[in-house]
This record gives sequence, structure tokens and C-alpha cells, in this order.
Amino acid sequence: MSDHDAHDIQKSVRRYLFVFYALIVGTILTVGASYAKIESVAITVAVALLIASVKAFLVAGYFMHLISEKKMIYGILASTAFFFTGLMYLTVWARDQVPIGTIHFGDAATHQSEPAKASH
Amino acid sequence: MQPTTTHSHPAGTHEEHHEELGFWQKYIFSTDHKVIGIQYGITSLIFLFFGFSLITLMRWQIAYPNKPIPVVGHLLEKMLGTAAAGGVMSSDLYNAFGAMHGTIMVFLGVVPLAFAAFGNFVVPLQIGAVDMAFPRINMVSYQAYAVGGVIMLVSFFIPGGAAQAGWTSYSPLATLIPGEGQTVWILGMVFLITSSLLGAVNFIATIIQLRAPGMTWMRLPFFVWTQFVTAFILLLAFPPLEAAALMQLMDKVAHTSFFLPTGLAAVGGVAGAVSGGGSPLLWQHLFWFLGHPEVYVLILPAMGIVCEILANNTRKPIWGYKSLVYSLLGVGFLSFIVWAHHMYLTGMGTKISTFFQTTTMIISVPSVVILSAFFITLWGGSIRFNTPMLFALAFLPMFGIGGLTGLPLGFNFSDIHLHDTYYVIAHFHYVVAPGTIFGLMAGIYFWYPKATGRMMNEFWGKVHFWLSLAFMNLIFQPMFAQGMAGMLRRMADGGANYSLANTPNAIGGLSDSLIHRNASISHAAWALGLAQIPFIINFFVSMYNGKRVTSDNPWEATTLDWQTPTPPPHGNFTKPIRVYRGPYEYSVPGHPKDFTPQDQPS
Amino acid sequence: MDIPYVVQPRQDTGLYNAKLGIWLFLASEVMLFGALFSSYILLRVGAAPGAWPHGLLNIPIGTVNTLVLITSSITVVMAWASLKMNQFGRFKVFQGFTLLCALMFVGIKSYEYHDKFTHYEVILTDGTVVDGHLIERTKEHVVIHPAAKHGASNAADKSHGDAHAEVKIPVAQIKKIENYGPWHNTYLAIYFTLTALHALHVLGGALVIGYLWGPGSKMWKTDPERFTNRIEVSGLFWHFVDLVWIFLFPVLYLL
Repeated sequence: MSDHDAHDIQKSVRRYLFVFYALIVGTILTVGASYAKIESVAITVAVALLIASVKAFLVAGYFMHLISEKKMIYGILASTAFFFTGLMYLTVWARDQVPIGTIHFGDAATHQSEPAKASH
Repeated sequence: MQPTTTHSHPAGTHEEHHEELGFWQKYIFSTDHKVIGIQYGITSLIFLFFGFSLITLMRWQIAYPNKPIPVVGHLLEKMLGTAAAGGVMSSDLYNAFGAMHGTIMVFLGVVPLAFAAFGNFVVPLQIGAVDMAFPRINMVSYQAYAVGGVIMLVSFFIPGGAAQAGWTSYSPLATLIPGEGQTVWILGMVFLITSSLLGAVNFIATIIQLRAPGMTWMRLPFFVWTQFVTAFILLLAFPPLEAAALMQLMDKVAHTSFFLPTGLAAVGGVAGAVSGGGSPLLWQHLFWFLGHPEVYVLILPAMGIVCEILANNTRKPIWGYKSLVYSLLGVGFLSFIVWAHHMYLTGMGTKISTFFQTTTMIISVPSVVILSAFFITLWGGSIRFNTPMLFALAFLPMFGIGGLTGLPLGFNFSDIHLHDTYYVIAHFHYVVAPGTIFGLMAGIYFWYPKATGRMMNEFWGKVHFWLSLAFMNLIFQPMFAQGMAGMLRRMADGGANYSLANTPNAIGGLSDSLIHRNASISHAAWALGLAQIPFIINFFVSMYNGKRVTSDNPWEATTLDWQTPTPPPHGNFTKPIRVYRGPYEYSVPGHPKDFTPQDQPS
Repeated sequence: MDIPYVVQPRQDTGLYNAKLGIWLFLASEVMLFGALFSSYILLRVGAAPGAWPHGLLNIPIGTVNTLVLITSSITVVMAWASLKMNQFGRFKVFQGFTLLCALMFVGIKSYEYHDKFTHYEVILTDGTVVDGHLIERTKEHVVIHPAAKHGASNAADKSHGDAHAEVKIPVAQIKKIENYGPWHNTYLAIYFTLTALHALHVLGGALVIGYLWGPGSKMWKTDPERFTNRIEVSGLFWHFVDLVWIFLFPVLYLL
């Protein structure tokens, strides 16, 4: 961005303000969605994460100038994203993929023994 | 973080000022990458020796369980109190020494030596840079390392002693052992991780930004490539361990239950006073997400060193430079998705086991490509058998043994038998001890004249090499047999409890001959310690009495690190550097000399 | 001796050193927070059905804090743009606002922490649960003001008809009393760990921004280009901290 002259900067300032308003709207939307009692947990989670991702894209893309960044940075971030996905996905997969007959702690036993906590 | 560079303009005045620096700023708070490299080198060699000393004491307990340790037993009792009552190593002390041996060797010894010391000293020279990209951050990362080391050392003397749950610190064991050893361990690790992260950022930025004109990616010496990939591994694999360490710290200090499941029974079968709901496997996942790439952090820089020395002493270009580079990138990439092969015994399902088994087998392919390229490089070379070359040559079969014995561990079905036995110990020590450490020794003998202007003694170097090679194999070869027979690791009595002598006719009991090998292995370990004496004396005496080098390029090498004055001044090069050719132009037909430096115009 | 590309970008990469450095550092930060997020997911899907608490946190306060952080993000980028347009005065104003926002964020966060640490769950010997804020604690009795706002007060509502009156409990009747600190359950453990780590990042960022706003801004006179780079780099870090919060807020407060 260092090669920008003052005129370009003024243009981007308008864009920054637009992103700022969009972020505020996104925040209000996500809070509003959480108050609207949606039955499906999956949809609630998906909506919240979708809005968060859009906001994250706006911050990273415009405030951090990732929209017009150099290839080297893209490469570093792409490999980071890949390994992060691997860490998250494989860890959760490893939890779900267990031999038949495995009982996860808390699936049944704790639910019954601690009604007070379960009611939270 | 803010951008920091010490040497703002005007440069001239700064340079003059630098000459006036006193001892402290020149040697302790230096921002010169070579001084920092040597700081790292000496500190990590001391830690290597210390970590090795721990195991020599443990080997006594394994070979002669519950007998007072001769000579130093009394001293141990004085320093550590009841943990070594009567000069006998208690089981707690054995556990603490075992955990600290692993921690010190990996995080305070080999990684700082391989990555930080050699990387700092050699990389900027080889890419033709004046210094690292962020010299002040470089200094801070050494200081963080030193602080982390001191914290680890101090932990021996706190009540309850040092961490006892192994270098892997599996929860809930690590959390439930009484005493604060584990807490101090985590604190130390936070410093060491910080140091590594800062170092990794610095190395990557330096290699990307500060390459001399003409130094394209495919003209980089292989050693620089290995450091580049290593830095990336550290950068992306260490933070999950840092996260895990923070959570374990919370478990320890704030009594959370990240890694403590519901209904956990603490020592004595009493239900622990924890809220529960945590997952012990979570620790293992996060630990091994670092832990396995860490293996490549240990081995890759050694491969880089060996590559430089092989090319130099066969007087031939490295065979298959490009395939080496791509294999290296492949190894670095794959190293992130193999970690759960350390966890086959935790009850993973068949699908996930198959996945990790497959990636584990795939990662052996590029490793074999690298090793094969090294072997083929030897073909038809007129080999100079000097000390660095001997160590580099020995690296090849030793690492080969270490790597190939890893295959049965990578397969889920055979690992179930071999897991946690001495076979595993032998396997990874072949990779790291006669493998990596031989590579590092080769590097020390190789770059010593550049750092000091004097050669190390060849005769004593060879004595050091042959004795080390012999004793290394006498130590680790019998362990394969012990492990395959089912002898478990981490037993303070060396397996006596499971011996046939103790329980005759027990199924799977350890035979006398297996138990007796404990003593022979221990003798070899102590002898290996003695075999390092020639090296230690050689290292220090040669600084003052070694043969002076007659040129800046005593090995007649091609890379840029040898085209500097000896020792290189602050700022490294006396003339502007431009690179015209690849890194290994040895014995090019039609050239007057059998080596053509990278900066020689065509 | 001068290290090249401290100010001007290197031609083939198009980057100056510090910019590459901060992005590398941020990559490692992604892995750090990423590992904690992964842990969150694992702990949450691994929790017993119904055991994962909901509504323990105050959403309006969290929303205000989110807006505070978003505001600080726009002021950071405006401060940098001001330097680009050679308006040092405006830079000072914008960055001053950033610092104010940072302080406000940490202030609100500590209020939330305080709220949790004074929020108690009291299990009586007869099995009933009283849940609310601690008013008074002596050797003989404990006074709790049952919480009305939070979902966690359901249990208390059932056991005591008047949820808003203070409840005085003799110590002899108490089986277990524990506040809502990280030790209380796994949700609070990950909540405190993630937000504390994030708050540390806010403080660290504010420290750097504060330095560059105060004593460090002298460099504007001697080397404006390098100073602008520093503001850009510190801004990148600040936006990243904002980015983490964008995910933390829905994950911890709303879901």
C-alpha cells in the first residue's frame, strides 16, 4: 500500500467507513439472530459462524489489506489455514471415529448423577 | 510486535561506535548473528552434556537397581535430599531425571544447536546477508531461551523436584503428580516456545528478504532450505503446544479440567476434586501436533549440514538437488498430518488409524529420496576422509537404521506390540543420537575454522568419531532386542519387576539374558561419556592452539559462507556480493580449480 | 552496516521486512488461537448432553464490547491513512481514540470477570441449589442475591418462589459453595482461558500503539516513511486481535 498517493487513500477511507458500518450491522444481526429462537442448533451455529466469517473477511480483506496483498503473504496464510484445518478436523474426527462399543465419559452417567448442573 | 532493527542510519557512526563496545555488549547482549549463534552453540552443548549426564545416572539405576550410585550418589543426596537418600536414586527421582533428560535433550540441546546455533551462524553467511532481518529480536530469542533453560534447571531444586511425567507430559498424570515441578516445567516451556517462535519468524524473514542479488531459490544451499522448512515447522507447530501448555497450566493452577475427565480417580482411587468434562486425548493431540513435526525439526538441519559436507568432501555436485528440495518440502508438509501415529494405543478407530498409517508411510518416501540422493552423491567421488566427513558419512547408515526401524512403529498392528518398549527408545535415539547429533558434530568440526580461524585437531577428532560410533551402537542396538522381547520403557528398576528371576514361569517375563544387557548397555553409555572428553578438550584447546587456517576457505568450498574474512566481521562481507551460480559447482570440467564459488562471475 | 528493506520493499517480494515479519507472527497466532478453538469444539461436542451451559454471560455487555473493539479497528486504520495523507495531527487524534477504546474494552472485560467471580452456586445439604451473586459471607451465614437475568438462575427460581429477594443461608446447610471461576466447569475454563489470552493481546497491542503514539512518534520527524510502516504493522496486529474477538463473541456469548 505504500505506493498509494493521497487521492487513492481518500478513496480507501470511504471504503474503510463502509466496512465499519457493515461490521456494526453484522454485530447487530448476529445478536438479533441469537435472540430469535431457532429450533435447529445446526442452523443457529451456521448463521452465527457465517456472519462471523463475513465480518472476519471484511476486517482481513480491507483493514488488513489482504484483498491486495503480495503472493508471499497469501502463500504463508494458505499453508497456515491448511494446517489449522488439519488440526481441527483430524482432532475432532479422531474423537468421533472410535471402535464400536466405546462409551464416552459423561454420555449417560454424569447426566443422571448431576441433575442440578444439567438444568443450566 | 513492532518492527525493530537496530541499525538505523547513519551507518558509519554506528559502525565506529560498535568497535568500542565493552565485553557485555560484544558477547552477552550482542545483536550480531554470529555471536548469537555461538552463544546458542555453547549453551546448547552444555545442556546436551547435562542432559546426557542425567541418563548416565539413570543407567546406573537401570543396571543396578537400588544400589547407591558410586562417586556422585553422595553428592546427589546432598543436593536433592531424600529423593536420593543414601545415594540411591528413588523412583521419583528416576522419573524426574527421565522427564528432564527428554526435555533438555530436545528443547534445550538439539533444537537450539541444530536450528538456532547453526542457523544463526551459517544462514546469513550462506545467503550473502549482512545480518538477520531483525537483529534485536534475535538477541531476545536467545535471552528467552537462556531464561527458559535456567527455569528448567531451577525446577530440580524446588520441593517435590522437577517434572516427572516424561517429556510428553501426558495429562492427567502430569496434572495429578503432587508438587509444582510440572508448573515450573510449563513456565520454562513457555519461554522456550517464545524463543523458538521469534527465531522462526526471524529466519523465514531473513531467508525470504535478505538473499543477496542473484541468490535465487534454486541457488540456495540445501542447508538454507532445511533451515527454511524447519523454521516453518516451528512457526506453525509450536503454537498448539503453547495453547496446550496454557491449558495444562490452568489445570494445575486454576484447577480447571481441560484434560481431566469426569469421574477421574486421583491418587489412591479417590475421586479427584475436579469439575470434569475434559479430555486427556486433547493433550495428546495438541502435544503430538508439535511433537511429531519436532522430530523433523531435529533431523532436517542435520541433513542440511550433512549435505554441505558431502558435497564438499566428495568434490562433486549433490546428486538431484531439485529432488532434494522438493522432497524436503514434502517432508515438511506431511510432517503436520502424521502425528496420531503416536496414539494408536489410545483407542482410535480403524478409519483414523488407517489415515495416519497411510500418511506415515507416505512421509517415508521423501525421506528415503533424500537419503538415497546422499548415497548416490558418494558414487564415483574422490572422497576426503576428514573428521567432518566421517561424521557425515556415519550419519547416513545411522539415520537409515533409525528411519527404517520406524516403519514397524508406523503400522498400527505392529505398533501395538512395540509401543512404549525399548524398541521405541532405540528407534528414535538412532534418529537423534547417532543420526542428528553426528550431523551436528560434523557441522561443528566443519565450521569451527570459520568461527575461530583455527582448525580442530584431526587425530583427536577421529578418536572422538570412532569411539562415539562404536559406543552409540553398543548402546542402542541391544535395545531393539529388549524392546521386541517386551521390555517396557520408563521402569525405574530396569524391568527387574517383570523378570523371570522375580516371577518364574510368568508368561512374557523377561529372561536373564535380556536383563543382563542392561549392564552392558550402561557400560557403553558411560564409555560414550568418556569418549566425549577428547572432543571437549579439542574444542577448547584448539581455540588457542589449533592449526591456523591459511586461507578464508580451508575446505575449498563453493558456498558464500567461505567467501568471507575469517572470522567474519560484523556485517560479514567486505565487498558487495552477487551470486552467479548454483551452490555445488565442484569439479566442473574445464575450470582451473575443482571448485567454483557461487559469487565467481562466469 | 545497514540491513536492507527495513523501509523500502524488496523488489521480488514486494514487502519490507517488518511486514513479512508481522504476517509470519500472525500466522503463528492463528495456530495458537486455532488450537484453543479446536479444544473448545472438542470439549463442547464431548460434553454430556445438556451439560454445556448457555446464557451464563451478559449479551448486551458483550455486544457493547464488540462495538468498542470494532470502533478501535476503524480508528487504527484511519490513523494510518492520516499518516499516508501527511496529517500527523489527525493521526494523533485517531490513535488516541484507539487507546481509549482499548482501555474501555479491558475495563468492561474486567467488570465481566468480576461479575463471574462474585457469582456463586450454592448446593444445600437437602440438594437444592441457590444460584446468584454473593452479598455477604460471614462465618455463620451466606447471603445470596439470586440472579434473575441469567439462564443459570432457573434452578434457583424453582427452589425459591421469590427469585429477587436476597436469600440468607446458614453455613451449616451448605454442602458446597463455588463461584463461577474457571474451575466451575469446562465452559468457564475455556471462556476464561480464551478471553484472558485475548485480553493480554489487547493489552500488548495497546502498549505498542501507546508507545508509537507517545514517545515513539518522534520518529515521524526523522523518518516518516519508517514510522508509517510501524503504524501499519502495529495496526495489522490490532486488526488480528479484533478478528479473534469477532469469533470469540458468538462462540462464547451466543452459541
